[in-house]
Amino acid sequence: MQPITNMVEKIEDSAKKILLAHGSGGKLTHQLIRGFVKKFGNLPLAKLDDSAVLSFKGKLAFTTDSYVVDPIYFPGGDIGKLAVNGTVNDLAMVGARPLYLSVSAIIEEGFSLVELERIVDSMERAARAAGVEIVAGDTKVVEKGGVDKIFINTSGIGLIDSEVDISSKNAQVGDGIILSGTIGDHGIAILSAREKFDFQTKVKSDSQPLNGVVSEILEVSKKVHTLRDPTRGGLATALNEIAEQSRVGIEIEQDKIPVKEEVKGVCEMLGFDPLYIANEGKLVAFVPGRDCAKILNVMRKNRYGRDAQIIGTVVNRHRSRVVVKTSVGGERIVDMLTGEQLPRIC
Amino acid sequence: MKFVDEFRDRGIAQRIVKKIKEFDSFKVNLMEVCGTHTMVIFKQGLKGMLPENVNLLSGPGCPVCVTSQEDIDKVIALAKNRDVIITTFGDMVRVPGTDSSLEKEKGNGADIRVVYSPNESLRIVRENPAKKVVFLAIGFETTSPLIAASLLDARKEKIENFYIFSSHKLIPPAMEALLESKEVKIDGFICPGHVSVTIGSDAYRFIAHKYSIPCVITGFEPLDVLHSIYMLLKQIKEKRAEVEIQYFRAVRPEGNRIAQELISEVFEVSDVRWRGLGIIPKSGLRLKGEFSDLDAEKEFRPKTRKSKENPDCVCGEVLRGVKRPTQCKLYRRICTPEEPYGPCMVSSEGTCAAYYKYG
Repeated sequence: MQPITNMVEKIEDSAKKILLAHGSGGKLTHQLIRGFVKKFGNLPLAKLDDSAVLSFKGKLAFTTDSYVVDPIYFPGGDIGKLAVNGTVNDLAMVGARPLYLSVSAIIEEGFSLVELERIVDSMERAARAAGVEIVAGDTKVVEKGGVDKIFINTSGIGLIDSEVDISSKNAQVGDGIILSGTIGDHGIAILSAREKFDFQTKVKSDSQPLNGVVSEILEVSKKVHTLRDPTRGGLATALNEIAEQSRVGIEIEQDKIPVKEEVKGVCEMLGFDPLYIANEGKLVAFVPGRDCAKILNVMRKNRYGRDAQIIGTVVNRHRSRVVVKTSVGGERIVDMLTGEQLPRIC
Repeated sequence: MKFVDEFRDRGIAQRIVKKIKEFDSFKVNLMEVCGTHTMVIFKQGLKGMLPENVNLLSGPGCPVCVTSQEDIDKVIALAKNRDVIITTFGDMVRVPGTDSSLEKEKGNGADIRVVYSPNESLRIVRENPAKKVVFLAIGFETTSPLIAASLLDARKEKIENFYIFSSHKLIPPAMEALLESKEVKIDGFICPGHVSVTIGSDAYRFIAHKYSIPCVITGFEPLDVLHSIYMLLKQIKEKRAEVEIQYFRAVRPEGNRIAQELISEVFEVSDVRWRGLGIIPKSGLRLKGEFSDLDAEKEFRPKTRKSKENPDCVCGEVLRGVKRPTQCKLYRRICTPEEPYGPCMVSSEGTCAAYYKYG
């Protein structure tokens, strides 16, 4: 596979950086796009038509998301990996099997081609790991300062089994609530990667694809009511949205929620609550009480659900509200995130 | 986690609560005068664990909340100066002034940066030699030594573009003002932990002696707070009024001498206005004469119209423990953390925010 940089070098030796001409639609644009196409290598993309032509039969899921994370590289990932996993996970959260993604990048003039290649490689690896194909794409270049380095949008399509009906509206009284692992890793990794903070942690972003663990869950039970990946706003916000949309009460136990020691430490220091810190590779599942044990069991066998825990239940009280039983044995309401805790987290 | 989970142990909490419940023959109002305590009490759901005869009141312990409307308006006026970069702790940004807020000014192009420490401001100062950087120095005896140290550093480096807007306040005079006003019956003080690391327990002795009010200096973990409530009840039951240190892992009777010296090297005590409490004698810190060239107020002379608080906002009464947020007609209906009308709803340590978020 030919690296993008080499190909561009053939045209202009000094062109190690993205130029406005890379977005002009001319020769440099073609070189750049061909580089992407080679990396992502698949039939619909290689045709270079204006649209990818795909065939489906069944219920479709379709989603889109944009990624503006700052910094673009952080412990445990980069903007490319995040952009693929984020959309893969959004599809998985309605029970869909993610199939195809589109990628659209808006790049700042002067951005290094070596870095671009690193990001494209990372997207390719993430797509391969998740078993999805990137079948459509676009690049635009804007003048310096028009964007900060690179912004990426991904959209995705997946297929849903006809028996599956997963929605934030479907949580029911009696459901068990399973969380797939530790919370707050992504947000704290981003935070500590920012120069502003004079501390270092070993915390890595949890950016990872969840479609595998979701399909394993669905193999043992099709009765999953709700799935959610608690990204921006964290677990607290995700639970509040579910409580509101399903018009149920939610009770969770603080002590059951796994949080890494280092994440706890940073949160204590800066006055953050891990419940509100972003995740990029965790899910929370609302499942009928009787299916809880077997679902927990399959989740724990998957590497992305190893630390799964039952963290609470859906109750008939305090409708549309989330209540946490604190470590010391008190109770309090868990509200949605208000304001912005950390900008440009994903 | 070391030194966190140990202070949140459910078994120990239950044992302390059981002990607290043995003091059931009298009703008490205990006031915490530290915003961090307010948050711990709410976040850990401690109120619900206590018996009905123990009533917790929140006092003037949130630095952003007690900052007067005049001061807020002055810093907003300062931010309009295009030669100035304002550096501030995050909570100040959203506090509504009479006509605007720092957040709104930021939208209009003012350069306002949120920092976690005064040292971070110094970095901004060094990176922007052509600008004048003003740090909004709000807070109690916890933050003033840090700010004093950063000013001394700036002096040493001969930095000439760093100023502070000093709205520093001292906790013990405010406690005395509350007792003098006799507006609320206070039977015991849950004294602040971090402030006391600096000033020590001796600083509260006059409250115990002159007003016969028990004081317990308290740490910030839920078990600390429960333990202190027990200690206060025990004093009341035994008709004692002393200053006790529950937070003995950090606080000494004499406090931190180095921190005290830093404060007195740079600052002198002055009469200042508190939101809700009016002017309290000797309750603030202003820059000493030889540091007055670092005083943003003197350098920029920010002009403001007559400052006005929202007439329906009861932040002042909330800060004195006279009213609960739920007794405010703006609370939750109009005033929310997204659209705050008063500082007690803005600050992460504000009583209204605590009620809203965890109530």
